[in-house]
Amino acid sequence: MATSATLSRTSAFFREVIADTPTDPHLEACLQCGTCGGSCPSGPDMDHTPRTLFAMIAAGMREPVLRSNTPWYCVSCYACVERCPQDIHITDVMYTLKRLAIKAGYASQSSAARAPGFSQTFIDHVENYGRSFELGLITRYYLRHRPLDALKVAPIGMGLLKRRRLDLSPRPIRQLDQLKAILERAREIDNAKSA
Amino acid sequence: MRYGYYPGCSLERNASAYHTSLMAVAERLGVEFAEVDDWNCCGATEFIAVNRLRAYALASRNLALAADQARSTNGADPAQLVAPCSACFLNLSKVDRYLEDSPALAADVNAALAAGGLHYEAGSLRIRHLLDVIVNDVGYEQIAARVNSPLRGMRIAPYYGCLIVRPGFRERFDDPEYPTSLDKLMRVLGAQVVDFPLKTHCCGGHMTQISRDVALELIRRLLKNAADYQADMIVTLCPMCQLNLDAFQESVNEQFGTNYRIPILFFTQLMGLAFGLSPAAVGIGKEFIDARPALAKIGAAAEPAAPAPKRKPRRSDQGLPLPQMPEEEQP
Amino acid sequence: MSPEHADRTRGSPHGAPGAEQEPRVGVYVCHCGHNIANTVAVDEVAEWAGGQAHVTVARDYKFMCSSLGQELIEQDIKERGLNRVVVAACSPHMHEKTFRNTCQRAGLNPFLFEMANIRELGSWATDDREAATQKAKAQVKGAVERAVLQRPLDPLYVDINPNTLVVGGGIAGLTAALELANAGYHVYLVERDSSIGGHMAKLDKTFPTLDCAACILTPKMVDAENHPNITLMTWSEVLSVHGYVGNFSVRVRKRARFINEELCTGCGTCVEKCPVRIIDQNFEVGLGYRKAVYRNFPQAIPKYPVIDPDNCTFFQRGKCRACEIVCPTDAIDFKQKDEIVDLEIGNIILATGYEQFDARTIPQYGYGRLANVFTSMEFERMVNAAGPTAGRVVLRDGVTAPKRVGIIHCVGSRDKKYHEYCSRACCMAALKFAHLVHERVPEAEVFNFYIDIRAAGKHYEEFYHRVLSEGAHLIRGRVAEVTDAARGPGEEGQLIIQVEDTLIGKQRRIPVDMVILMAGMEARKDARQVANLFGLGCDFEGWFTERHAKLDPVVTMTEGILIAGACQGPKAIPESVAQGSAAAARVAGMIGQRTMKMEPVRASIDADSCSGCRICNNLCPYHAIVYHEDRRVSEVLTALCQGCGACVAACPSAAISGAHFTRDQVMAQIEGILWDARQPEVLWLEPA
Repeated sequence: MATSATLSRTSAFFREVIADTPTDPHLEACLQCGTCGGSCPSGPDMDHTPRTLFAMIAAGMREPVLRSNTPWYCVSCYACVERCPQDIHITDVMYTLKRLAIKAGYASQSSAARAPGFSQTFIDHVENYGRSFELGLITRYYLRHRPLDALKVAPIGMGLLKRRRLDLSPRPIRQLDQLKAILERAREIDNAKSA
Repeated sequence: MRYGYYPGCSLERNASAYHTSLMAVAERLGVEFAEVDDWNCCGATEFIAVNRLRAYALASRNLALAADQARSTNGADPAQLVAPCSACFLNLSKVDRYLEDSPALAADVNAALAAGGLHYEAGSLRIRHLLDVIVNDVGYEQIAARVNSPLRGMRIAPYYGCLIVRPGFRERFDDPEYPTSLDKLMRVLGAQVVDFPLKTHCCGGHMTQISRDVALELIRRLLKNAADYQADMIVTLCPMCQLNLDAFQESVNEQFGTNYRIPILFFTQLMGLAFGLSPAAVGIGKEFIDARPALAKIGAAAEPAAPAPKRKPRRSDQGLPLPQMPEEEQP
Repeated sequence: MSPEHADRTRGSPHGAPGAEQEPRVGVYVCHCGHNIANTVAVDEVAEWAGGQAHVTVARDYKFMCSSLGQELIEQDIKERGLNRVVVAACSPHMHEKTFRNTCQRAGLNPFLFEMANIRELGSWATDDREAATQKAKAQVKGAVERAVLQRPLDPLYVDINPNTLVVGGGIAGLTAALELANAGYHVYLVERDSSIGGHMAKLDKTFPTLDCAACILTPKMVDAENHPNITLMTWSEVLSVHGYVGNFSVRVRKRARFINEELCTGCGTCVEKCPVRIIDQNFEVGLGYRKAVYRNFPQAIPKYPVIDPDNCTFFQRGKCRACEIVCPTDAIDFKQKDEIVDLEIGNIILATGYEQFDARTIPQYGYGRLANVFTSMEFERMVNAAGPTAGRVVLRDGVTAPKRVGIIHCVGSRDKKYHEYCSRACCMAALKFAHLVHERVPEAEVFNFYIDIRAAGKHYEEFYHRVLSEGAHLIRGRVAEVTDAARGPGEEGQLIIQVEDTLIGKQRRIPVDMVILMAGMEARKDARQVANLFGLGCDFEGWFTERHAKLDPVVTMTEGILIAGACQGPKAIPESVAQGSAAAARVAGMIGQRTMKMEPVRASIDADSCSGCRICNNLCPYHAIVYHEDRRVSEVLTALCQGCGACVAACPSAAISGAHFTRDQVMAQIEGILWDARQPEVLWLEPA
């Protein structure tokens, strides 16, 4: 457990990560055993293994950590969380690092720069309609972020349309105003905290 | 049996075959699913990556709606909310758990919900995956009693993916590394289950959109493993897994020069077929890799002898005994 | 006056020290260095105590247990006529004895002393100085009020039966038994299995010296068998234990071997001719076979085999009798029955050992699914010359020698999901395995996957270096999974070990053809039942709890019950042997005293108040209460009573009282603790 005394001995960046993670991720308990890096399906594509990243967080290496592509290659499969001998909430930490990287403006410069764009496009749709809208997501994301790759996904998009697996227009929820009010209030609370 | 039902965005269109088949199967089994009125997206794996509190508020709106609906319909019963999509299941149960673990988070989330006139008390819903309800509440016996067209001759690789058993934010109904409930269900339907060591490995998730090469390699491994064990098809319980393995199979073949043609179906589709429903009634035909050639094998030929598993050595006088394992039930 | 302590004296000495005079209490508040003084305002407590009723003198001092501190008390007893002493310091487990002796040296009955534990129950439990100080005052007040009502008591003496029971015939129990027997005392050595020797008998070589386990173990086994002071009881289990230190009554069941030990010569013909062959899940840990009549290993002691009725054709189907037909001395006895043996014992040493963690618990390592994944104990049997492969290192097919062997450390250890502790012996055993693979299959490559190498022992680090110099590959990383799912042609037909090589910071997939899982040690599944049977404690993991982890590792909280070896926690051979010897020395010391001083804390029944309801009769765990039919009253037999207090609490007519824990004493202590209960601002602190 990260007590206040424990935290007072950690790097400022370590504290920043803990503060932005919803429940205590037990990060200070890391043994550097590498079970996470060994279990990760996209481990070979990451510029640092999760384990290395945790050592870097402990060392206060804020910028290199937030510039790393590692969090963006996390597929949220929870294999590392399941196997971690110290019960570290690794996936949650990866989400925290993504948020911090976006806030710090490093996200768009990482070697996995497409990921934040994809996430943002997805969120825009959900905020506007209440549900995801896949056709809109794919077209907007590719046209805005990866125009040259659009052709590569076109056959799959066409295949989905042909099999009636894509909606041509979004299906907004009924009480969209209610959802928007909730999300707006959440944004205000968040802003008040980070201010 | 009556449950709250949270379909999730995929089941509306992209994985409508899952929705159609699960509803058809539920009817046969006497299970009622009451859809949560006006539900919204659970946030998938994207929302939380950008904003923390908004992500929790987004998912919590569903929990609040479901709990209210349960209260107004069946009174004192502990409300159970069923999600057929593994990502929805994970997000909803994770949010429920974290709201309970962190009173500060719960207070913020409820402050946000209040803007929409809603409130959610962590722990007031029991959130379950569809497979859990099917195998544990309905039970294998009830299912076996409904089987009238057993899937004989069909060799199935049972694919659980990640989020149904990992990391177990609430109760766990199967082993997180080597689950067997879907294996057992498929055997109850009369199918032959092949060993599938990668049964809980990742399908690539959203990486198909972010790093195609990474995703295609993950998909290739799964297809190769299923092919190595001579599976006729892969059966899944998650719309994301189905989409990745199915829609991107051709892309894998192009990228790696392979020639996989492994249909990917939802487990409810096979249940429906075994219950004697028509292929159309369980949404067959929506898949990219045509399932019909594989389905034609059902009952067509005498059951092929199982090829000797590669991992077990041949018995010989010199052979050392294998470790004892808890007996596996063979229906 | 020394600056180290302040004298807060009130009144003047009058009368001689004793129980009948007006109480004159001395209160001594200990700093215990920083242990108490950092959290409790000890001077404030002492000053306050000096002003309380009955208190003649109150002082605080740096270390009350030091000889200077004790002299302070002695001096006050003599010079100021104290007739009660209260020390507010640590747990009575630590120093009650010390201060009772102090009182006795000054001529005060030791039972007029009372201890207030303000360290474990106060300063160590909180950082809140104000609360800790307030609590210390309450504890001191309670102790004073109680001390005032105490009566002088005389200790009881019990004879120590010189016989010792050692439970478990592994290396720790064997060592303890031999030490005591050599000292001239009689030992009953009870072993559940058919032979003594324990886990060590399964091993081939021992680290770091690589001497042969059998060569160093079997002489001890033979000694135990032949020793006139040792009664060997194998294939036996303890059924019940009654009594107390010096005087235990123990009931043992000797299971039927179905072999007449008087007639059997141990020739082994029966074993040879038995037609039944089953997998031996016990001694061979599933890697080899045994017959229905069998001996664990050739040097088993005693040499007599046992018949396993669950698998014997005769017991199952009434036919066969092959063993009976071939036995040259007619030693087979199918009618033999279990035998119950009652023993009178003075002390008991438990050396019941450990179990290996079940590697099936971690499915991603493939044990039970992937044929060529072995446990470390399976590998021990494999390399043993007397084992299933006669010492050949081969794959599960029994023929093929491995070319690449992966050894995975920390299986079930150092993991919050299984066991958080380090199993201590596996790192060295894993290095030993690397050496043995190199020795038996010189062309093989060995990969050890570790988190940290724990080589803290004599010549351990040197052995690690030796194994490195032999060409073993050491990869720092806890293995993520072992799989046979090949990703490409290079991996087909192999076991793949997937791991982050943390020294490179990259994920690696290393193909091997044999995997050895270094499964850790865990407490035996029945450890809790055994602990209940013998009346001792277990920790959360099931290891037996010692009285003090550092200073009293082989003694338990129950007098006369000692522990040795891996039943107390993971241990390798040297530590187990050391503990076996230590336990024996403690017992020998006890026997040498012939009698033992016991606390005179005993229950007694006031016959006039006893209603004869007999509730206490069945409640007494020591069978110390008898019922007199004629007078219809119960009576406590002082010699058997252990002063547990169960009867005192249960008696509906309050006819039973416990010496040193009388009702008025306990009530006075409670009153004392609640001295400030009428000051609500103290009891009801505002939440922060």
